[in-house]
Amino acid sequence: MELMTPLFAILCPAIAAALILPSRNHPNIREAWTIAASLAMFLLVLSMAPLIVKGETIKLILFQSMFKDIYIGFKVDAFGEIFAITASSLWVLVSIYSIGYMRTLKEHAQTRYYFSFCFAIMGAVGVALSANLVTLFIFFEIITVSTYPLVIHEQTPEALRAGHKYLAYLMPAGAFLLFGIMITYYLAGTTDFTPSGIRQLADASPLVVTVLFFAFLLGFMKAAWMPFHSWLPSAMIAPSPVSALLHAVAVVKAGVFGIVRIVGYVIGMDLMQELGLWLILAGIAGFTMIVASFFAITQDNLKRRLAYSTISQLSYIILGAALLTRDSMQGAMLHIPFHGYMKITLFLCAGAILVATGKTRISEMAGIGKRMPLTMLAFSIAAIGMAGIPPVCGFISKLYLCLGAWAVGSPYGMIFLAVILISSLLDIVYFFPIILTAFFKKPAEDISVFGEEKMKEAPPLVVVPLTITAIFSLIFFIYPNMFYIYDLAKMAISELFGGV
Amino acid sequence: MDLVEHFPVLIVGLSMFLAYTMLLAGYLNRRLPFFMSLAMNSFFLILSLFILNHVLATGPIRYWQGGWRPPWGIEYVVDAMNAYLLVIVISMVILGLIYSRGNVRHEIEERKHVTFYVLVQLMAAGMYGITVTGDLFNMFIWLEIASLTAYALIAVAGGRALRSAYNYVIMGSIGACLYIFGVCWIYSVTGTLNFADMRLLLPLVYDNRAVQMGFAMIVVGVMIKAYIFPLHLWQPDVYTYAPSTISSMMASVHVKVMFYMLLRMFYSVFTLDFIRHYIGLDLLICWVAAIAILAGSIWAIKQRNLKRMLAYSSVSQMGYILLGLGLSPLSPWGLVGVAAHILNHAIGKGCLFMCAGAISQQEGLRDIRDFEGLGKKMPHVCAAFTIAALSMIGIPLTAGFASKLFLIVASLDAAQYPFVAVLLLSGLLNLVYFWRVIDQMYFVKHKGTENAAEVRETGKSLPLSMVAPILILASLCIIMGIIWLTNIPMPLINHILSNLRMGVTL
Repeated sequence: MELMTPLFAILCPAIAAALILPSRNHPNIREAWTIAASLAMFLLVLSMAPLIVKGETIKLILFQSMFKDIYIGFKVDAFGEIFAITASSLWVLVSIYSIGYMRTLKEHAQTRYYFSFCFAIMGAVGVALSANLVTLFIFFEIITVSTYPLVIHEQTPEALRAGHKYLAYLMPAGAFLLFGIMITYYLAGTTDFTPSGIRQLADASPLVVTVLFFAFLLGFMKAAWMPFHSWLPSAMIAPSPVSALLHAVAVVKAGVFGIVRIVGYVIGMDLMQELGLWLILAGIAGFTMIVASFFAITQDNLKRRLAYSTISQLSYIILGAALLTRDSMQGAMLHIPFHGYMKITLFLCAGAILVATGKTRISEMAGIGKRMPLTMLAFSIAAIGMAGIPPVCGFISKLYLCLGAWAVGSPYGMIFLAVILISSLLDIVYFFPIILTAFFKKPAEDISVFGEEKMKEAPPLVVVPLTITAIFSLIFFIYPNMFYIYDLAKMAISELFGGV
Repeated sequence: MDLVEHFPVLIVGLSMFLAYTMLLAGYLNRRLPFFMSLAMNSFFLILSLFILNHVLATGPIRYWQGGWRPPWGIEYVVDAMNAYLLVIVISMVILGLIYSRGNVRHEIEERKHVTFYVLVQLMAAGMYGITVTGDLFNMFIWLEIASLTAYALIAVAGGRALRSAYNYVIMGSIGACLYIFGVCWIYSVTGTLNFADMRLLLPLVYDNRAVQMGFAMIVVGVMIKAYIFPLHLWQPDVYTYAPSTISSMMASVHVKVMFYMLLRMFYSVFTLDFIRHYIGLDLLICWVAAIAILAGSIWAIKQRNLKRMLAYSSVSQMGYILLGLGLSPLSPWGLVGVAAHILNHAIGKGCLFMCAGAISQQEGLRDIRDFEGLGKKMPHVCAAFTIAALSMIGIPLTAGFASKLFLIVASLDAAQYPFVAVLLLSGLLNLVYFWRVIDQMYFVKHKGTENAAEVRETGKSLPLSMVAPILILASLCIIMGIIWLTNIPMPLINHILSNLRMGVTL
């Protein structure tokens, strides 16, 4: 069915950006635009969910291009809707958090910050709702360009270096992606996402499809798979809300979203199986999961540790897609929102700690749990969820991933099952020391004398959003169908694999 | 005969006549020439839009000057390609004129203003002439008018511009000589100068060495004028030291008109059959273009002077257009790329040169390393610069992305895969040198001037006449970026293709 809703949803942040610039001298009005746009976008995105659960597909062709069978437009299917809901719902919370964070720290260039943020979110939701690869590419590049000012927000030489690294990885990635898209168009005559793959690609020679696959894999470097991950830890120099939303959700999830799209909707699972590409992808994912976890253990900077944790967790999603079974795919799809909520909690906590105490290193955080009980409680909940321990939603997605790996059956399946379990174990190894340090270590001398006015918790605008995300992490465990997420995942699976 | 069919000759003739009238009017009042030129060119723009409309609706205009039949008289032929180009050229001339209003006061002495506008109008007349003519020798005349005035306009700035203008005189004259020699060689065989006539007669003598020699001379001569790498040596100095208005006009349309001559040679004087089978030039041109694209970008990376960097960037961008031309025998998308990039590069590079001029006028800065904090001092100009730079890099939703897309599809369609890599790599190289500027403008922390409000007081603000064209061009970069993605230009493109390729459409 044809609806204008996707277009309106995309336009919300663009309009907000246009309004933010003229109101740069009135901070309250400026932030009001962000909040209003985020709420409007979330409601618009959410309003499509019931239709999709009923089995409708919302399609909107904006305009036909000069290329035959390529149009710029939106098609909202169940999988895209999951990502769109994740990104837009978290934007609401992060907008609130941003206000508290940026104002408490008296950050400079806030107008630029909110302006770029709007475009980054527009890109992420645009990627989610795109009907074909060309549209996806447009939004993908918008994400890359608009997040650059956010990454280098500090404007220190170090931040600029991080920003350059960011572009040095992601811009060539864009070139690879465009290459892959054009090859797809050239081979298949279309770039539309089709469940179970674009049929014409099956007729192409295996070599070409393999090249295509690698072009896409490099193109979706935003998924931070190893060894092309090092831009992500560097980008952690950005303000915490940026790291939270963009580098745990919008940017990197756009990358994994792209990979799942390629596996399920472009190359198709049959072809992945036939050419053995699934094994390459799963190998890369498994490697990343384990190695990134080890990297995480060695980091003392909290945000950098979280960044490596992100790299590891993203590969869960890639692995889920690569294993090509019903359960693993469902695990991958569920892990996108679930990991999003948990990881954003962790990042928001890291930001809250920075705001309240100015600390970024884990070794300095001894006893911080007594000072900021609410923040650290939220942190603990999310950390437990990351490790896949109930009662947090991480358990559900990991369970599905394990079932999926089991269902593969062959020795490979067992290996990947072991990888998932080991990686979860490593998650415990790098998260629990933080919790232990925070709650049970004696605070060092300086923590009580820090700052002029002794802040206990961070300001409410900072603490409330992270509490909400932590609570949602719990709710998703009890009721995974919050925001229709579970139904949508089921729907997407039945689209991909057939049957109910 | 429709009234519209008189418009091409009206535009050219009135332009010439206007130039001399302006000189006389300049004695009465120094300000008069500018307004006359602006008014008349705006009138021409309306006429050219009528021409474009007429050409798209009813087909090419063939105008016989003085009623003499073609092989004897001079014929003006306007088909979709040059009607389209004419609109672009006139629009850019108008925007350049508006920009020059604030700019010449700063860069050129008062007493030269009248002659400056007269020369600009003459150069415009030359460009219009090349665009509409259908006759090889007549084209030479217009070429010389457009070139001689350009030499003078560059030298007007004085100082180092004199030497660069001198270089250009030498190189440009060689180019023009090669062109006219080439025409003579071909004329000696065919006995005609009319495009259409030649196109009929030449296939019989494609084997003739004189014809092949003539063709080679014309191509090399035109390539010097269009600074195709490695014949670009005169260009960086010229673009660096010429008045900004002139750099902007030359980079945006003067060179496109020169390139258009090459296009006409390929499609309207000779045929693809000749290009491909008798001299095998098409792939050679592609490779020359590929080298131009990469070499231009690499040299641009090495530059510290903004205008010089833009000059090398133009060398690279002309490579894009040439690549499109080289691929066009193999794929219609090549011509689409040419048509799209002629416009996209005109608006993008025109905007960038205008920004460079504005920056050097207001802040006196030319070296990229001194641009720290410029984003706060000149928000509009820097924003426009950023948009145009993104267009050059080829970020989606800007005009440059569309050209890149068309050329990539052309390479794939023609099964010339290396050029896909060249195009993608070039986008990244463009990123390197343009991003450096954007970084300096907005993100590199500047030392002394923290307070933006304080800075704004000290800086002289630019007149609206300079900011307006910059902003118009920057917004055009985005508008065209979206329009090229739709199928709105489809009729125009199909007409261009069918006019030049005899029947093949998308």
